[in-house]
Amino acid sequence: MTDKNQAIEKASSGAVREAARRPVYEPRVDIYEKKDALLVVMDTPGVEDKDIDIQLEQDVLTITAEQHVESMEGFTLMVRGAVPGVFKRSFTLNRDIDRERIEANLRNGVLHLVLPKTEKAQPRRIDVKAA
Amino acid sequence: MVWPVTAWWDADPFVEMQRLHREVNRLFSQASVDTEYPAVNVWSNDHEVVLTAEIPGVDPSKVELTVHEDHVTLKGVREGETLNEDVTCHRAERLTGSFVRSFRLPFDISSDQVTATSRNGILTVRLPRAEASKPKQINVTAG
Repeated sequence: MTDKNQAIEKASSGAVREAARRPVYEPRVDIYEKKDALLVVMDTPGVEDKDIDIQLEQDVLTITAEQHVESMEGFTLMVRGAVPGVFKRSFTLNRDIDRERIEANLRNGVLHLVLPKTEKAQPRRIDVKAA
Repeated sequence: MVWPVTAWWDADPFVEMQRLHREVNRLFSQASVDTEYPAVNVWSNDHEVVLTAEIPGVDPSKVELTVHEDHVTLKGVREGETLNEDVTCHRAERLTGSFVRSFRLPFDISSDQVTATSRNGILTVRLPRAEASKPKQINVTAG
């Protein structure tokens, strides 16, 4: 193996190690239910919209969001309050969710998911008729 | 350090306990991590201090930032979601309420040159060092 190859291999395994070292956090969520949809609100500070991965596998919805790491070259860290990591959380969905119409949007570091219920799962008001 | 996350929280009664355990692990695995809310990182070099705060869901225009000499104070309120009457809440883990954090910096700040930007719920404040506090080199002249 040439020196160059060795250098490449060293660099790539370093990057892999670096990625594996990033902590995985379980983000805090709020879950609300409306008549026609479920809403999931999740804190994902420092995550760009392109770094959010939402997967639906059978009944399990998994959200993975990777925090952006700011390069602070030439600076010394004085106070460490947040270690950049990966937010990951899974939910088991009810079958009554309309999978085709799930929506997600990111506003000010908060991920909002809208999981619409299927037509037949929505409550219906039954009028009682007097005989 | 990586914790596997398998959140079958709605099926397994022990998952909440495991979650707490992980949270505690997270706190102790980096003993030097400061755990006040909101999470703030402070970086500095000889010319400026950069402060970043994780405040997702806080309207950046409502954050109150004050600088006096070498002190910087960050104040704000995190409001909950406004809900209509027909909405049921199943889970409310996200914290709400007011917060305040104060830091004493290594040098005086030139307060009129402070800039603050917000992106994806991260507030970044750049605090340049006041000219008067910069060290001055004195040339020694041979007599």
